[in-house]
Amino acid sequence: MIAMFACMVLLLVGLYAVVIKRNIIRIIIGFSLVEYAVNLFFALVGFKHNGIPPIITDVAQSRSNFVDPVPQALVLTAIVIGLATTALMLALAMRIYEKYRTFDVTEIRRLKG
Amino acid sequence: MIELYVLLAAMLAAAVAAIEIKDLLAAAVALGIVGFSISIMFILLQAPDLAIVQIVVETLTVVFFAAVILRTTNSDTTLAGGLKRELVLPAVIYVTFGIVFLILMGRVMAELPRFGSPTMLVAREYIALGLERTGAANVVAAIILDFRGYDTLGEGTVLFTAVVGVLTIMRRAGRKERNREARS
Amino acid sequence: MSLIVQVIARLLAGMLFLFGTYVVLHGHLTPGGGFAGGVLIAAAFILMSLAFGSVEQTERNSYTLSSVVESLGGVLFVSLALAGYLAGVFFFQNASVYGTGTPLKLISGGIILPANIAIGIKVGAGLFAMFLALGASRFVMKD
Repeated sequence: MIAMFACMVLLLVGLYAVVIKRNIIRIIIGFSLVEYAVNLFFALVGFKHNGIPPIITDVAQSRSNFVDPVPQALVLTAIVIGLATTALMLALAMRIYEKYRTFDVTEIRRLKG
Repeated sequence: MIELYVLLAAMLAAAVAAIEIKDLLAAAVALGIVGFSISIMFILLQAPDLAIVQIVVETLTVVFFAAVILRTTNSDTTLAGGLKRELVLPAVIYVTFGIVFLILMGRVMAELPRFGSPTMLVAREYIALGLERTGAANVVAAIILDFRGYDTLGEGTVLFTAVVGVLTIMRRAGRKERNREARS
Repeated sequence: MSLIVQVIARLLAGMLFLFGTYVVLHGHLTPGGGFAGGVLIAAAFILMSLAFGSVEQTERNSYTLSSVVESLGGVLFVSLALAGYLAGVFFFQNASVYGTGTPLKLISGGIILPANIAIGIKVGAGLFAMFLALGASRFVMKD
């Protein structure tokens, strides 16, 4: 239970970076932290005490001790999608820097148009 | 599970460092520390598929961050100055949301099954039928490519859209600029 | 880059590519699969382009080639899903040429093996194209 609580604290730390920080790169780091927290939460939900990874090595082996494979299947694609959206945000940040020469959100808002 | 809690503490410390360090490159490296501790936690939670993917994705994330930071600027010029006036409202909203969120998560966690004994209602069928229906020994691969193949198709679409988006944003010149260059 | 980096990069890139292909091909037997192997293959190409000369030089040809290969990977995946129609059953049904095969061998798992290869190609080429776009476009100047 403490592990799930720590996961939520990580999500709140990332959300703090998104809402309050003013540098665009820090906002992107905050988004990344939120995605990591969500993936970790899924993996924590599927854990089983004294479980073994869900891979069949022998046809006659007992499969009653596997950890839950469904959350792992959901997280597997989510990790790669997180990388793709982070790269998209970084491309936008680079274009913004090229036009305004600063990463500060308040100054960009002032110089707009 | 003492290792799990030690890694959680390291992860939280690195996360706080990633958003407070003045140098942007060091912040990207701290983000890498968060990702690697999460991948070790995936191994402790008996999920080797996720650990492999998390390690390589984390390395590429740090490389992408470094590529962007080194081509633009390295230092954070916004940490000077204290709490500005326009930040009071977002701070209040954030604190309120944080408290409400933690209270609701406390209630939700009381309803979830206990940590360490999941109710595998759907997974029981997949594990029992996995080998004979699909022939794959890796149950996770059988799930993402046979039982739930539509999700993988959707993921392919999202990845394709993100790649097209990045290539379009960083294109050399749009059509208007090319016409202007051709005319002059 | 210096000579030591170039020599090591030549060795490591070959091993990374081989290991990535192994992870993709054995995705239905050991942990890994198309996504992990695809990202490893992309990492091999990124290492080569970072160690040997400027990234700007490799831009133009590799740009279009990687985006074309990525689209081909996507088309291959969808056509594998359409193969269910040819076999007379539903869309995305697990119907391949050799059926389910013998379990725990390399040729098994029906359509999972070709689908892993398609995903590996798609993810690898897509991530390499994204890295070239972020690292090699000729706009941003340092201050």
